[in-house]
Parts: sequence; C-alpha cells; structure tokens
Amino acid sequence: MITWQGFLKRFFGDPVAIGAGIVLLVLVLMAVLAPLIAPQNPYDLLQLDIMDSEMPPSWKPGGDERFLLGTDAQGRGVLSTIMYGTGISLIIGIGAVVVQAVLGITLGLIAGYKGGWIDSFLMRLADIQMSLSTLMIAIIVLALFQAAFDANIYADYAIFMLIIIIGVAEWPKFARTVRSSVLGEKNKEYVDAARVIGLPARKVMWGHILPNTLTPVLVISTIQVAEAIMTEAALSFLGLGMPVDRPSLGSLIRSGFEFVFSGQYWITFYPALVLIALVLALNLLGDWLRDVLNPKLRRGED
Amino acid sequence: MSTPSVNSGPIVETKGVEVRFPLPTHFLSREKPVLHALNTVNVSIMPGESFCVVGESGCGKTTLGRSILGLNSPTAGEIYFRGQRIDQMDEATRKPVRRDMQMVFQNPYASLNPRRNVFETLAEPVRHLMPELSANEARTRVEQVLSETGCDPSWQRRLPHEFSGGQRQRIAIARALVTNPAFVVADEPISALDVSIQAQILNLLTELQQERGLTYLFITHDLSVVQHFGTRVAVMYLGQVMELASAETIFAEPKHPYTQLLLEAIPKLEGGSFDKPRQPGELPDPVNLPKGCPFAARCHMAQDRCRQERPQLRGLPNGTEVACHFAE
Amino acid sequence: MAMLEVKDLHVAFPRGKHDEVEALRGVSLTLEKGERLGVVGESGAGKSMLAFAILNLIAEPGRVSHGTVKFNGENLLDLKERQIRDIRGNRISMIFQDPMVTLNPVLSIGVQMMETLRAHRKISDKEARALCIAKLKEVAIPSAESRLDAYPHELSGGLRQRVVIAIALLTDPEIIIADEPTTALDVTIQAEIMALILKLCREKDVALILITHDLGVVAEVTEKLMIMYAGKCVETGPTRQIIDTPRHPYASGLLKALPQHAGRGTRLYQIPGSMPPITNLPKGCTYHPRCDFATQRCHGGEPDLVNGVACYNPLTSDSANRTETKTEAET
Repeated sequence: MITWQGFLKRFFGDPVAIGAGIVLLVLVLMAVLAPLIAPQNPYDLLQLDIMDSEMPPSWKPGGDERFLLGTDAQGRGVLSTIMYGTGISLIIGIGAVVVQAVLGITLGLIAGYKGGWIDSFLMRLADIQMSLSTLMIAIIVLALFQAAFDANIYADYAIFMLIIIIGVAEWPKFARTVRSSVLGEKNKEYVDAARVIGLPARKVMWGHILPNTLTPVLVISTIQVAEAIMTEAALSFLGLGMPVDRPSLGSLIRSGFEFVFSGQYWITFYPALVLIALVLALNLLGDWLRDVLNPKLRRGED
Repeated sequence: MSTPSVNSGPIVETKGVEVRFPLPTHFLSREKPVLHALNTVNVSIMPGESFCVVGESGCGKTTLGRSILGLNSPTAGEIYFRGQRIDQMDEATRKPVRRDMQMVFQNPYASLNPRRNVFETLAEPVRHLMPELSANEARTRVEQVLSETGCDPSWQRRLPHEFSGGQRQRIAIARALVTNPAFVVADEPISALDVSIQAQILNLLTELQQERGLTYLFITHDLSVVQHFGTRVAVMYLGQVMELASAETIFAEPKHPYTQLLLEAIPKLEGGSFDKPRQPGELPDPVNLPKGCPFAARCHMAQDRCRQERPQLRGLPNGTEVACHFAE
Repeated sequence: MAMLEVKDLHVAFPRGKHDEVEALRGVSLTLEKGERLGVVGESGAGKSMLAFAILNLIAEPGRVSHGTVKFNGENLLDLKERQIRDIRGNRISMIFQDPMVTLNPVLSIGVQMMETLRAHRKISDKEARALCIAKLKEVAIPSAESRLDAYPHELSGGLRQRVVIAIALLTDPEIIIADEPTTALDVTIQAEIMALILKLCREKDVALILITHDLGVVAEVTEKLMIMYAGKCVETGPTRQIIDTPRHPYASGLLKALPQHAGRGTRLYQIPGSMPPITNLPKGCTYHPRCDFATQRCHGGEPDLVNGVACYNPLTSDSANRTETKTEAET
C-alpha cells in the first residue's frame, strides 16, 4: 500500500507525471470555466455573425483580435468552441467510464466471487461483447437513433446516448480486471476470516474484497476515459456523435475537415491538437499510475 | 445421536466427515474428477483440550479445520458443536454458534484486510455477532481484548502494514477472541513467523487458554510444537486419520509407521536424523486414491493386504487408535 | 590458505538520493575444502544477502560497498562478468528455496541439465546425456532415463529439489551454497533432501554453505555455524559448541525458545520484541533492546567479533543457566 505522502512524492519526482498532470489540469480548468472565460458563447446564436466566418488566427493577415484562433464556417470562435467542446468530450468520457465501471465492477465482482456457471456465463457474455467492436455497435445504434427521431430530439439526447453506448460496450474491460483481482483476493485469509464470522456474501464482496481490487480499477479508469473520448471523437467525426451546434472536440474536427484543403486548416488543427494533448495526458497519467501502484515494481520501499 | 449434556460431552465432534473438491475441467468434458480432501474423519475434541492435527501438505488437516468452521461444506458426514449438528444449519440458526467458534490463520500478512485499521478489523465480528452490544461496549471490548493479547491500545487506528509479523499475529488472535469464543481453530499460527517470534505466540496461546478455558484445534506440520503444546494428536495422511493418541503416548510409543517416519524426520539438535539416506517418498494422487492403505507405497511394513484393503482406526491396548493392519 | 575467504563484506542499498543503508555490515568467514557451514538468522538478518554477495550477484541498486571474497586466492568481486561466470554455477553452485523458480517450466529436465553442462564443458551430446543420467541416479531419482524428458511440473516438490541438486552437482563444484533448500518442503521430504545433501557433500568432499532459519537442520548437517543478526555475524564457531554452549545471548535465546527444549505445558523462553529493520538500527549493540544482559556499555558502542562472539558480556555456562529465572520478559 502506498500512502498519500508517498504518492505525492512520487508524483513530484517524475517530470512526465508533472507535465501530464499540468496539461490535464489546464484543459479541465479551461473546460469547467468555459462559460466564464471563453471570449464568446458558441451556443448563443445571437453572438454569432456569419460575416465573421472562416477568419484565420489573429496573428495571420485577415485575422481579428476577437478570435485568437480564428473562426469556423459559422463564425464561431475556434478558441471558444474548443473550450466548450473539451467540456463535452470530458463529460462523455467520464460519464461513459462511470457507466462502464458500475456495470463492470458489479459483474466482475459477482463473476469472480461466485465462480461456477455464473462466472462462465458472465465471462462468455464479456467475450461476445468484446468481439463486437465498440465503434460498430455505436454506429449501428446511433444510426438507428438518428433515423428514428428528428434532429432536435437527437441533439438533446445525443450526449446521453453516447455515454450509455460507450459505457455499455466497454464494460468487459472493467469486469475482467475486477474479476482477476477478485480471484486473487478471494482466497486470501482475510476473506476467510470474514466468512468465519458468518458475514453475508454481499458484505464480504463489497466491504472486504472490492476495496482491495480498486488499484487496477483506478489505472484502467484513467486509460478508459482517454479511450472513451477517442471513441466519441471518432463517432462525431463520422457524423454520428455530437451535433454541430453542441460540438465536442470530435465534431469540431469534422466540421473543419472539409475546409482543410481550401487552406482553413485552423478549424480542424487546433481542436485536434487539444484532443491529442488531452488523450496523451490521460494515457501518460494512467501508465504512471500503473507503475506507481504496481507493488511488483515497487519492491523494498514500504 | 443422543444429545449429551453440554458439559460432559465433546465440544466438537465429527462423524464420518468427507470433503471432496470437484476439480476444474473444461465445461464440455465428461469426466468429473474429484479431489478427496477428507475421507471419513471421526474426531471428538473435549472441552479445554489442545487437540493437534499433524500432517504434511495435502493431508487434509486444514480442510478439517475449515469444515468445522463451515468454510468448506462436507460432502458427507456430520459435524457437531456441543451436541448440536452444525454442518447443515442455515445462517440464521448458526449465528449464535459462530460466536463460540473462531479461527487464527497461518499467514498474518494475508489474514488481516490491508485496508482496514485494527479497530475496524476487531469491531466487525462484534458488530455482526453481538448486535446487542452498544457502540461503547463494543469499543471497550475491543480495547480489552487487545490488551489481553499484548497489543498496545494505540494500535487501533493503524493499518496492518505498519506492523511486524508477530504483531500482526497478535492482532489476528485478538480478532479471533473478541467474541469470547470457546473453541478456536489455529491453522499453523506460528509457521510463517520468525523463530524468535514463534515462542512469543505459543506462549500467548497457552496463557489465553489458561485464562479463558479455551479449546484449541491446533493444526501444524511441526511435531516438536505438538510435543510442547498438545494434549491429544491426530496424525493425518491423505485425508485420513492414521493415528490418534495422547501427546505423551504418541512421542513415547508411535504406532503407525507414518508417525514413526514423521518423528524420525524432525531435525534434532542432537543430530543423527539425516545420517542415513532415504528413498524419495511420494504422496499418492489424491484424485485417484489407491484402493488400500494410502501410505502403503511408502511403508516398510506394507504387504498385499495393505494394498487391497483400507485399514480403519482401531484401538490398541495403550489407548492409541491407529489405522494400520499391522501396528500393535 | 582457506578455499573461500570472505573478509569484512558490506552490502549497501541506496536510500533516497545521497544516503545508503547497509544490509550486510561487515561479515567475514572462511571455508575449507569439504567443510560444511551453516548460516542461521531470522528473515532480514542478511543471510541470503551474504550468499548473493559471495557470488557477486547483488542486484541493482544494491552493491558490495566493501570487502573481499577470495576463492582459491582470487577476489571474486574484482572479476569481470565473463570470468565470474566460469566460477558461478561451475565451481560454486547454488540451490535455492523454490525449485520452481530455479527450473525453467517450459524446458525439459534433460535440456536444462545439458545446457548447464555445455555452458561450462566441451562435451558431446551422448556424453552429456550419460552424465546427466548418472547425476540423476546419484540423487536417487527413480527411473532417471525417462525423467530426463519430463518437465518440472510433472515432478513432485521433493523430486524437483532433487533435480536442482543434480544440476548443482553436474559440474563437480567445490562449494555448494544452499539457500533455505527445504523450507518449501514437507518434513519427511526435508529429511530426504537434507540426508541427500549431507551424503553427497561427504562423499565428494564438497564444501557447503547452508543458509536456513532452522537450528535443528544446521545441527544435523553442518560442522561450523554462523549466527547472523541485523546484517552482522553475532556468533560463529563449531556447530556442536554453539548448540551446546551458546555464548551470545541471541544464540542462547534462539535455542532456548525452541519448543522441544521446554517441558510440556511450561512457558517457553521468549526473546522480547523483534529484529529491527536495517533501516532503523538501534545505537550500540543492535541486539541490546532485546537482551537480558545489556549493560550501559551495550548502549554505547557495537561490539566486534572477538573469539567468535560479538558481545561485551558473553555468556559462560553459568550465566546461561541464570537466564532461566529471568524468562518472564515483557513483550
């Protein structure tokens, strides 16, 4: 086990971790504070002026100092849309991981602790789920959803749909991780000690075993947030994700993509840069967490 | 069985207990191999005893202890606690019994939940098994038992990883005693500890027995501990009791050839145990048990009868019970 | 000159950026041809560290910070990796606690044995095979020819350890270092393995360094004994002499704490407390907080090993008995 002090010490001793942490912090703050600090509100149609469309970044000839990173085809400032878009991407990423974690931890815990046919059944279910690509499921479901409802309803519920689809499609990763740690933990004597006093299975599972399996869960959560954001971006890029008027980073990249070859690279380039920075920071932090929390790599320190 | 009065009869009794574990197989395979962990084990443990179960790994000694506490359910046979059959009780009826039966585990590094502090670990059995106690009474109880087992009261808010092996084992003993049980299964409680710590824990167990009138089922592979600690001994081999006798008798007059082999194998300070070379001895496969005596393959007295017919426990004139056709 | 001569060996591990802790704090020993030495101590006393240091196998970030290991006059710590490989596993063999770690699970016994042999000898396939079978027979493995093609998991724990011993003997070493070779085994199997090691050492005049926590085992097998505590040797001498009349209070305490010494139902002698971690050693004699005989002097400085005992107030046979009355030490 690692203490908080030890954890912080390791964090501040590792330049990569600090770098990734700072990038993530800046992006999260930017997203959270977007309504306060963004130069425009891209959702407010009154603030938009079609005359401002497709302006280059402010330091380029023809740029406008109101729009630091230029504007897109609808006259929205790229910087502002990135700020709001990062928020939407993060909400989808974190929301999807919460769904994954709730489903995956519950099913993984039950499969690992109960064993037998329940385990076989749940794990085969996981295998089937994993053999269907997340993107494929998402494309089919979202395409049906888009076809079945009109654009306004779709725009209102797209964010929930994305969270649920990405969440459900990826639960096996959590379930497998939790199950394998449960298998390791459930034969330890402290579990037997809890059973000797007649504690019901529910309490043994949630009260004793689960807290000892959370380390790997924490690691994959970080990496899964990055993955969910990427999935959402891919879906949005295909036109099946967030609608253009409530853009995520993925839909921003898509909306600018058709202008890349006519020279207005900034509409795509800056959101893409932010997306890469966000995903990279999350992955680096996830890897760092794994190294720090893995007791095998930390021998002789406690 | 007729219900004997609580005081005179054995505190724990097993009758023909068998435990089989199905081995993991492919779910399509037809064969369903089973591991015979315990075969018709009959022991009765009297109140106040230190009943020792000795044997090598795979002999079923741990399974016996775990079955008595309900951690494994017997495939056949009956288990009684103070005359009450407990192996088929439902959880609600069993709850008051659990308070009286506790366990100390082998590995103090695994038997304490690493994320719970000492107080939480000790308070859990109290809360669950003694709901009639108030939070304050529970706290007093935890503190009292900690001081009785030689733990400092200041340990309560600390996590297991802050303690040494010996200290952890004390905490584990305190947890076992916090509900004031009458019967404690101690599964190799000192074998994971350093030599200088083993004596501390053995002394503690002896003291607690004297103070509280505890009955121990002491599971060990180390006969020298039995000699010091035990009142009666069951020697087990491959899920079977081979010899059952008082501790003095078994060291003075070991009857079963396996017991003799075990005694010879103890390294002694005087030397001489390892001087003559020994042929490799192998446990038979516990999945496909031999028809006859499980020890026949290693036994120097084995004859055809031993390979055909499994010997049952029988009494000898000196009071020893032995499962051997030829021991006398 | 002794065959193996270890002088003032120190092993240090870095702690933080500038600090170091010593896992081994100046250990010396000599070993003659065919001599059997037991090294006894609790976990963390540095006994395995000693074995690794002798073979210059201390893993990063640890290092041998001081001392020499002379094997037939040559300092092993000065040798290049290529040169020491000629000695390690060839003229000095090692047997570890867990045979499953030593043996590669995906290679058959025969392949592993021949590999070891080829690493040190130029030898034909046929000769190598014959030699392997001979060695397996020497360690009393039944049907040795067919076992050559077996994989480690197909053998029982006892047979596996026999194979490890056979591999250790392949190159006819001059010293075998056995680190807790029977701790993972059952009592009867331990007796088999120790009897085998003892027999082979005697027959082939091989020296043995037996590292264990079990005083019974060293009493049975070794001629010379070294008792380690907190990275140092606290007592050394002929095994018999130490077992019968220990002079260091720790050695005496360990012996008295054994249950076979006490009468039934009596209280065992117990050494209070536990061994300090190497990161937090007490000042003065490292044993003084647990010692019944500690005086003011023991708090001040650490005693050196004089006449085989590192104690300011070594026990005589009188004072050893005196402790019997003082056993009720606090915990």
